[in-house]
Amino acid sequence: MKALMFGWEFPPHILGGLGTASYGLTKGMHKNGDIDITFVIPKPYGDEEKGFANIVGANCVPISWRDVSWEYVENRIGSVMNPQLYFDLRNQIYADFSYLYTNDLGCIEFSGRYPDNLLEEINNYSIVAGVIARTIECDVIHSHDWLTYPAGIHAKKITGKPLVIHVHATDFDRSRGNVNPTVFAIEKDGMENADHIITVSNLTRQTVIEKYGITPEKVTTVHNAVEPLSEELQKLEVNKSKEKVVTFLGRITMQKGPEYFVEAAAKVLKKKHNVRFVMAGSGDMMEKMIKLAADRDIADRFHFTGFLKGRQVYEMLKASDVYIMPSVSEPFGISPLEAMQMGVPSIISKQSGCAEILSNVIKIDYWDIDAMADAIYSIITYPAMYNQLRDEGLKEIDTIQWKKAGAKVIDIYNKVINNQ
Amino acid sequence: MKSICFYFQIHQPFRLKTYKFFDIGNDHYYYDDFTNDYIITRIAHRSYLPANEIIKEMITTYGKRFKVAFSISGTALEQLEQYVPEFIDSMKELVNTGCVEFLSETYAHSLSSLSDPEEFALQVKAHDDKIKALFGVTPKVFRNTELIYSDDIATQVMAMGFKGMITDGAKHILGWKSPNYLYSSAAAPKLKLLLKNSKFSDDISFRFSNTQWNEYPLTADKFISWIASLPKDEQIINLFMNYEALGELQSRESGIFEFMKALPRFAFQQAISFITPSEAIGKLKSVGELAVPTPISWADEARDTSAWLGNTLQREAFKKLYSVAERVRLCEDRRLKLDWNYLQASDHFYYMCTKHFNDGNFHSYYSPYETPYMAFTNYMNVLSDFIVRVEEQYPLSIENEELNALLTTIRNQATEIEGLNKEIRMLKNNIIHEEAEEKEAASKDDVKNNIKESKKKITQKRNKSTK
Repeated sequence: MKALMFGWEFPPHILGGLGTASYGLTKGMHKNGDIDITFVIPKPYGDEEKGFANIVGANCVPISWRDVSWEYVENRIGSVMNPQLYFDLRNQIYADFSYLYTNDLGCIEFSGRYPDNLLEEINNYSIVAGVIARTIECDVIHSHDWLTYPAGIHAKKITGKPLVIHVHATDFDRSRGNVNPTVFAIEKDGMENADHIITVSNLTRQTVIEKYGITPEKVTTVHNAVEPLSEELQKLEVNKSKEKVVTFLGRITMQKGPEYFVEAAAKVLKKKHNVRFVMAGSGDMMEKMIKLAADRDIADRFHFTGFLKGRQVYEMLKASDVYIMPSVSEPFGISPLEAMQMGVPSIISKQSGCAEILSNVIKIDYWDIDAMADAIYSIITYPAMYNQLRDEGLKEIDTIQWKKAGAKVIDIYNKVINNQ
Repeated sequence: MKSICFYFQIHQPFRLKTYKFFDIGNDHYYYDDFTNDYIITRIAHRSYLPANEIIKEMITTYGKRFKVAFSISGTALEQLEQYVPEFIDSMKELVNTGCVEFLSETYAHSLSSLSDPEEFALQVKAHDDKIKALFGVTPKVFRNTELIYSDDIATQVMAMGFKGMITDGAKHILGWKSPNYLYSSAAAPKLKLLLKNSKFSDDISFRFSNTQWNEYPLTADKFISWIASLPKDEQIINLFMNYEALGELQSRESGIFEFMKALPRFAFQQAISFITPSEAIGKLKSVGELAVPTPISWADEARDTSAWLGNTLQREAFKKLYSVAERVRLCEDRRLKLDWNYLQASDHFYYMCTKHFNDGNFHSYYSPYETPYMAFTNYMNVLSDFIVRVEEQYPLSIENEELNALLTTIRNQATEIEGLNKEIRMLKNNIIHEEAEEKEAASKDDVKNNIKESKKKITQKRNKSTK
């Protein structure tokens, strides 16, 4: 079976959970065997892992004919794409896009991030998808998140192959209800054109059904999973301080509920002194949080690290005694799973999708700062609580594998292909 | 001739209210009165009271040939007295028929038998005193919390003077043997054992209204015919269950009460009688000894103690609780002693069980908490406050033994002071006596002197007159 996937992020160059999830899922599907995946991303860097999927960079796909030699192409983009594919793609240019700005190879430049002209970039991505869909054969098309829905729809119209869209988040999660109408329209269009919709949790599934008016039969939940830790990370050692460390790790935005964490910290510090709180990450609410911590008079025990990436994330986790994710609305949330892998007891909000599959974590309502404070206190005060959560958490996390999620996605592929 | 031995368990714990860590040291009341009231009242009205009526009716109808035994924990009795006092009256009426036996157990439905022999003995005594005070009878057969039993416990129970004990017919202990005989303990051969027949007990308490069960519907006729068809020499069928099986687990609408009412008629037709545990122990002979080195119970498939002490959380909470046992016994604060009892209920540990996260969920059905972790946190917060209070009574810096010695001195001081007082009183009396004597003596002397003087005067006068 051949699948053509459209994504926006791919490790190691990731900005959020979307890249991690797309990568894990693709790898998990590959482990089930007998599947050929072409994964399109806006801008590859060449250091992506390639063993399990054929990665195509949208910024290397010509949409305007340029007379260039093999050597020139190899020289320019040989590190990320086979020149042969470039020429194959060039033969499939389907319209005159010379009004668009293209480079020396006839390709559009992509930032691969979330720039201010995001909508334009999404549109360009969809144009490129037209060329790719004409060139690369597939049985099914799979779009990850709203940025790639237009590309998926375009590819479906060209090939007539079924479209599966993967909802990693909706705008309702990102905006606490203040939905951007443009984004909503793109999302709804994608959902309506899709032959099947995959959501990362029942929570998101409910949003898709209720807020976007999609028939429930068309929507299936496939929970995310987590990649096993690399050996290097398993051996990771850090100097643990004698004081207890409670960590919040993520974007400091409204969606993640950082203010509840500060309030809970203030409650714990009234009773307990040998504990420090860390807010790792960055975001538009960071300054507000620094001010709030100062207002609560806990600034000496409440620390901000700024944005952490790669290994730093794991070092931070390793040094922590408690991980907390008080998200107001979290479609899934892979990071508690990563914390559990590092043996860190986790507290998550009931409003998080991962709460649906995790047992050995503490689940609280994001607004219930009393319960949150109580859970933190319990883990740092009662050793049995810490040990039980750590040990059982490690055991549990071993059973949550991308391979199983991948198998479910393949089932859905078979269903939509046979329905055609 | 076969006999059926019915024993019903009544127990309710004092459930804890949501107790956050910032309450530690500030709030010393731990219980969720509303929930406790609601649950005991609901169960009493759906199960205990109507079931009592049925049993009374059966005893009247069958001329005292129908008999049952009850075991009621001290915490349940306290709640019943407080919230459903009519149940106590109803129970007294049952006791007056002479067909009802009470079993002994720990007052708090605790797991003390597993860790603290001294506490265990104290609680059994407290329970039996309570039964005696309320119903005027003294239990003779012992039943441990959740039918927990081991050789070690058998020796302790024997030492307390019980002739028999009730436990589970766990398959891994019995092997090929049948639970339908009287056994005795290998560790204390004089202690007789009655074993629960799980199949027949669970047919009533768990499967009765299950429409998926291939024997559904279960009629009294069919049930008795199963028992009658057992091998001839099997003597006793022990049907042990929670009392709420009648009316609560199996609702009134399922026909459970009619089923119970019809049982004796079919039993007597087949020459099957009813018997109480102490009668059984008196009448029947033990067919062999059972050795149980590690504790068994009637819970779950494993029939061990893992439902209460299976994971780290449970063991930690249990250890912490009993670490202050000796200290609490030295205290005299009434409220503290009461909390000590309530905190020992095995239920608190049951709520922390993580065995059934994914399947069954039998544990969570009974738990007031969403997860075992919440149960642990809440319990530990309460326990922390409790320990703070124990420490306030006597500072932690003094070792138990030293404290004991000091307390003995203090207690002895009272008797000593009394002794000294007595002595003082005695001495005082002596002094008074002596003074009185002296006075007497002095007055005697006076009289003597007077007489002497008078005599002198008389002689002088006489001499004068003779001159």
